[in-house]
Amino acid sequence: MNTTTTTSSTTLPGELRVKRSTSRLAIATTAFLAILRRDIVVTGREFIVFLIQVLLQPLFFLFIFGKVLPSIGFARPGFAAILLPGIVALTVVTTALQGVTLPLVLDLGFAREIDDRLLAPLPVSLVAVEKVIFAAMRGLIAGAIIFPLAYWILGNGYSVRGDAVGTIIGIMVLTAFAGASLGLTIGTLVKPEQIGLMFSLIFTPLIFTGCTYYPWGTLDSIRWFQIVTLFNPLTYASEGLRFAMVPAIQGHTIPTLAMGWVILGLSVTFVAFLFIGIQTFRRRVVS
Amino acid sequence: MSISTTSEKGIEAISEQEAAIVVRDLVKRYPKSEVNAVDNISFSVKQGEIFGLLGPNGAGKTTTIGVLTTNVRPTSGAAYIMGINVAGDPMSVKQRIAVVPQQNNLDRSLRAREILTFHASYHGLSRAERAARADALLNELGLGNRGNEMVRRYSGGMAQRLMLARALMHSPDVLFLDEPTNSLDPQSRLFLWDRIRSLKEQGTTILLTTHDMEEADQLCERIAIMDKGRILVLDTADELKKLVPGGTRLELRVRVPQRVASGSLQVEPQTPSSVLAALRAIPGATKVEEVPASEGEEDMHTMQIFRLYAEDAGSLVVNATHAIIDIGAEIRDMHIARPSLEDVFIYLTGRNLR
Repeated sequence: MNTTTTTSSTTLPGELRVKRSTSRLAIATTAFLAILRRDIVVTGREFIVFLIQVLLQPLFFLFIFGKVLPSIGFARPGFAAILLPGIVALTVVTTALQGVTLPLVLDLGFAREIDDRLLAPLPVSLVAVEKVIFAAMRGLIAGAIIFPLAYWILGNGYSVRGDAVGTIIGIMVLTAFAGASLGLTIGTLVKPEQIGLMFSLIFTPLIFTGCTYYPWGTLDSIRWFQIVTLFNPLTYASEGLRFAMVPAIQGHTIPTLAMGWVILGLSVTFVAFLFIGIQTFRRRVVS
Repeated sequence: MSISTTSEKGIEAISEQEAAIVVRDLVKRYPKSEVNAVDNISFSVKQGEIFGLLGPNGAGKTTTIGVLTTNVRPTSGAAYIMGINVAGDPMSVKQRIAVVPQQNNLDRSLRAREILTFHASYHGLSRAERAARADALLNELGLGNRGNEMVRRYSGGMAQRLMLARALMHSPDVLFLDEPTNSLDPQSRLFLWDRIRSLKEQGTTILLTTHDMEEADQLCERIAIMDKGRILVLDTADELKKLVPGGTRLELRVRVPQRVASGSLQVEPQTPSSVLAALRAIPGATKVEEVPASEGEEDMHTMQIFRLYAEDAGSLVVNATHAIIDIGAEIRDMHIARPSLEDVFIYLTGRNLR
């Protein structure tokens, strides 16, 4: 009898007062993983909508530029092979970038749905880091789905090197993180009323100056434009994937930017914009 | 000045150990601003107290709450929650506080119950604890059968209750309520008041801001009135009411006939000013004023309203009745009013619109 009374009297307050872990690292890690789980649950629930959002555009690009144009003679038959790495890079970058930017602009602007996560017991910069990691995951998933999609659309126009899968994955991962950190910076700087402007002023140049539809080496004749493209991180992603994906045609490999430059360009983008983005994020949420 | 001594009394009354919130010489100036949003304020709130922060829009209430809830960094001075320096260790503070904001900031991508369970998992509660507490709180706040809905469909009152439930999921020591009953229907307001009182009974410290003077009067043990970044006064509601000069007042609605039948009472037709003069002659009345009857009221032209201020307005009743009857006017209504917090508020912060 005595023991039961003691236990019940100690457990009762326990119902009211939550037990707290004492290690700061454990507390922050728990909160971080819970926030990541929240994003996975939300995206998982609308996965079909997510797929339509991110895949419809590349699907049409592949169909028109990779299938229709070569079929009617406006593009060379090998064009699809050169186009595909560009489309994969574009999909990874835009999906990762928009995965941070759009929700963040709305959240920081007026929805404030992020408040509850900012009040979770972890440094607010980790809330920004979580956004980057999750958006990079979304970018990678979207990029990976392009491959079977391209196989289906391009038919016998589909040709990808099979001996550099590791390089392909490595570049895609780096591309996803570069795109997501760029998205973090943009998302913390753009105001909700500027969303329309952001699409035309940032996304359009990003899409068309990123060596998506043309290899960088062929721009020799338009030197100034060739230099402009070097300021677009998408260029490094497209060229890196082109190197790892386009098979040699009749013994000729397609010239691309050197892998060293590709890795450098993507890494610098990732690190610099992650750093800037975390600063601007902090400034937006802690005044 | 007497005003500053009351605010200092508010600090020293509580020892640092039993204080849940300590704010010391806090200043916040936003970048590019000419003035301090919070201008050197100090106060403390003891554990289990309900403390009210009142003030006109732009007084600095929300900035003060911002500092205490880790999202505004102080320019100088310091704030402590349960003994922890807020700017120095925001993460530990966030474990101990919860905020119910003015604006609906519920996670609209989640169902109501998930909002609670995810909040709890951010705070490290186990799966079983999360589920049990979410169900208990949903039931307690009258949302038991709406837990699986997306919150987009929630009404304002339901959203407010869900935000309170969310705040309570991790059993905070200190709860911040920023205008909690603003725009709620009377039922929800009364319900929320009951909940706030019972939380206090369980030992939760509550800091609330409000424009609703009745709310502050009903709930708060002590109240600080802020304006232009400073705390003007800090005391219990009863003590604050004593600040308004004249104390209590007697309010009279008097019907003054345009022409009193001259045969019966040998008096001349009365004008309101002679009523006023008669009332002013009553000993003990510190101030007598006539206030205009409101527009569109019945008998607007023959009805006069007078206010007599006195330390004890009750003692004026007999004399005032005699004075009015002697004049030949008619008393239609008479009541004694105590100054409300609103009177204190207006007295201290003025009538100007912000």
